[in-house]
Amino acid sequence: MSGEKRGSKTRRSLEAIIADALNQLFKNLEDAEIELEGVEIEADELELEPIMQAIVSQIPKPVEVAKPAVKPLPERLLEAEFTPPVTEYPGSIVEVKIGATKSEGGTRSKTVVLGGETVPAFYTFEGLNPNPPVVSLDVFDTRIPLARAVRMEVKDVLDDPAEWAKKAVHKFGAEVVNLHLVSIDPLLKDTPPSEAAKTVENVLQAVDVPICVGGCGDPLKDLKVFEKVCEVAEGERILINSVTLDMDFKKVAEAVKRHGHAVIAFTSMSMDDARELNRKLYEVLPKEDIVIDTTTAALGYGLDYAFTIMERTRLAALMGDTELQHPISSGTTNAWAAREAWMKLDESKWGPRELRGPIWEVVTALTLLLAGVDYFMMMHPLAVKTVKQVIDRFTMGGVFDSEKYLNWVSSTF
Amino acid sequence: MAKSLSPLEVYNLLPKTNCGKCGEKNCLSFATRLVNLEVEVERCTPLVEEAQYKENYVKLKNLLKPPVKEVLIVRGDRVVRIGGEYVMYRHELTYRRPTAIAIDVSDDMSRELIAERVKQVEEFGYPYIGKQLKLDLIAVRSVTGDPARFSEVVKTVLDNTSLPLVLCSLDPEVLKAGLAEMSGDKPLLYAATKDNWRRMAELALAYDCPLVVSAPNDPTMLKSLVKTMLECGLEDLVLDPGTMGGEGLPDTLVNFTMIRKAVFRAGDELLGFPLLGAPIAVWLGGGRALDKKWEECYLAGMLIVRYADILIMHSLDGWVLLPLVMLRDNIYTDPRKPVSVEPGLYKIGQPDETSPVMFTTNFALTYYTVSSDIQSAKIDSYLLVVDTEGLSVESAVAGRKLTADRVAEALKESGVEKLVKHRYLIIPGRASRLSGEIEEATGWTVLVGPLDSSGIPKFLDEKWYKPKLWEGGAQPK
Ligand code: SF4
Repeated sequence: MSGEKRGSKTRRSLEAIIADALNQLFKNLEDAEIELEGVEIEADELELEPIMQAIVSQIPKPVEVAKPAVKPLPERLLEAEFTPPVTEYPGSIVEVKIGATKSEGGTRSKTVVLGGETVPAFYTFEGLNPNPPVVSLDVFDTRIPLARAVRMEVKDVLDDPAEWAKKAVHKFGAEVVNLHLVSIDPLLKDTPPSEAAKTVENVLQAVDVPICVGGCGDPLKDLKVFEKVCEVAEGERILINSVTLDMDFKKVAEAVKRHGHAVIAFTSMSMDDARELNRKLYEVLPKEDIVIDTTTAALGYGLDYAFTIMERTRLAALMGDTELQHPISSGTTNAWAAREAWMKLDESKWGPRELRGPIWEVVTALTLLLAGVDYFMMMHPLAVKTVKQVIDRFTMGGVFDSEKYLNWVSSTF
Repeated sequence: MAKSLSPLEVYNLLPKTNCGKCGEKNCLSFATRLVNLEVEVERCTPLVEEAQYKENYVKLKNLLKPPVKEVLIVRGDRVVRIGGEYVMYRHELTYRRPTAIAIDVSDDMSRELIAERVKQVEEFGYPYIGKQLKLDLIAVRSVTGDPARFSEVVKTVLDNTSLPLVLCSLDPEVLKAGLAEMSGDKPLLYAATKDNWRRMAELALAYDCPLVVSAPNDPTMLKSLVKTMLECGLEDLVLDPGTMGGEGLPDTLVNFTMIRKAVFRAGDELLGFPLLGAPIAVWLGGGRALDKKWEECYLAGMLIVRYADILIMHSLDGWVLLPLVMLRDNIYTDPRKPVSVEPGLYKIGQPDETSPVMFTTNFALTYYTVSSDIQSAKIDSYLLVVDTEGLSVESAVAGRKLTADRVAEALKESGVEKLVKHRYLIIPGRASRLSGEIEEATGWTVLVGPLDSSGIPKFLDEKWYKPKLWEGGAQPK
């Protein structure tokens, strides 16, 4: 037909006009009026009716203006797919073994391995890390100020580190004993290295788990004591806590190496410092002898920095930063520095400090567990129990009861 | 993602007139602050108001859209914002909307108990670094399944608090009865599941409320529900991947982690919504209340660390909630902000030449704690803040950032010598190891203060005021 061409041409322009008109219409609904001015329409060639119907059906009715156009809801669930987002990590964490059995030249009946991660903490959808984090308990060689809730638990052994260590292992479930030689501090008792070493020997005899030995924080005295301790504990592969940038780290490292132990490299919340100290230690020690501690601050008192430095350190290590590929140790006991952990507060509002303290230690520990900590130094038995339980859950896996979960909505508690 | 945005990209969409209405010197510096999430786009009023920029405004809004959608829960003029996150890890930029905490009441509780619980939630507050740590919402649960009872309880709650609500029932009829009491508000509705989604969608559409979609331990179903809800025209969604303690703990944390990672590392838009955790679920099954509270607390803590944007809880005990509100504050603190205060001499009250001189470190938290303890005891004194590079007393001593020399230097620079006629310096108990060295380096007599600054008033009373140390040169005990 001759009109076909002309008609379709007209229709295109008509559609454009309608589109304009529609725009106009939506802009100003009140005086909505479609003007098709100056257009000659050959009605028989156009199927105007359906177009107009379409237009009308698109014009929202005034009453419904406020609501979005209601379209029919889908009849059934739309399908979707989910693939766990898996990253390939080029780096991994070295394994550091603590303790030595008879066949290995020591006298421990148990040893622990720290580190070995190939994926971030509890990213089980990406892979399984080989060694669960380890929980150790603090033992002090002299009386120090302790929060009441902690003192209550250990008051019978406060003056005997060996007995304290036994209690930590047999009663509280310590996997490693953390002996702190606080009394060597020249400003406290100034205990001589030989006497401190004797304490270490006593503790080694009292328990059969690996031990970690800490100093007082005085760089000169710590060095002298560590040298002696390394010597008397030869073969036991103890963990020395710790070597810092401002002490003669080379001498400490040499003593550690000479007698076959391992060491914690302590820095205060700086990844650069951590790298620097490690670099210096590598000159003497293999990577497998070094654990790092980037500082733990209490919940409410800097935990955010501690958490973030650890999380960043671990991610960087997995992404290939070779100077940070070490197990991380945390002085979780620092949680007790928070006054909310030990101070008497209005009990009707904040509960007894006997609960506040240990839960403070738990929350601090679990936050850092998620950042990637491998080795926890802890204090309160209740906190230790909970943290170990959580670690066990992850190690053993478990079943999420999806049928039961939604019952929380309608259950009486 | 805002962190990968360049300021230039943003700048190109701004009016480029450098008019200064946003409070910045020019458009480029506004663009920089936008990329750092320090300001809202709307501060550039010309962009919002002038028609010529309309297109750019829309583009910019899109460009700056957070990968995790921000969802608003509204009651009158109180708004709880959840989600709106730009990064997976806080060190990549900062987290933005602190995990909202909702405490439940249920419709099988007595009117008195409900009123009492609501009051406790409303009044909860703990002072921390110059602010109050608070709870955010009330979650009303239907246990009876009776719509009439539910609406009654919602009414009781509304009468007793102005906090926004979460309405919880899997029966849309029940939720509807509650919604009828709250016209104009936008409570969060819990929840659409694979079984009730269609009627829940209708309800959320009709009342224009944010809606939780729940698929316990099933991220695929969760995505399917989201996709369907978006198709229904709903946009304000919250995701519930399921929360369980005990045996369900590993899966719970893994689901939260996978979902957030899918958003930020795989660009999964269907999962780009706030996540809801329900530590309250630990109360299912028998057991001692104390154990339940304990578990609910640490589970909630782990979820705050692993990406939960809103939590529903049952425990109201202070010892359960205090660590959580503090953890939330810590995790959501902007890691780019300095953690230290300016070193120097601070006057507290109206000190004179006989007032005590104490020192502390410039870690913000240490400083605020110490100064607020002294202030609230109304002790006129000089507080010397020593630069320890932002470390607390204990860490600074251990890390050798607090040394006798530093103290001596700070004391000298402060000029406090001229302000007091005595020469006694009170040092923090946790720096007691340094007392001898400080005496040597400063020439002042050192008094070792308490281990915690809460002990300062008592300490001063016994060692300063009673012996009137400053008058007759009495020796410290
Ligand atoms: S208000 Fe807008 S146009 Fe004016 S300077 Fe700021 S960014 Fe530029």
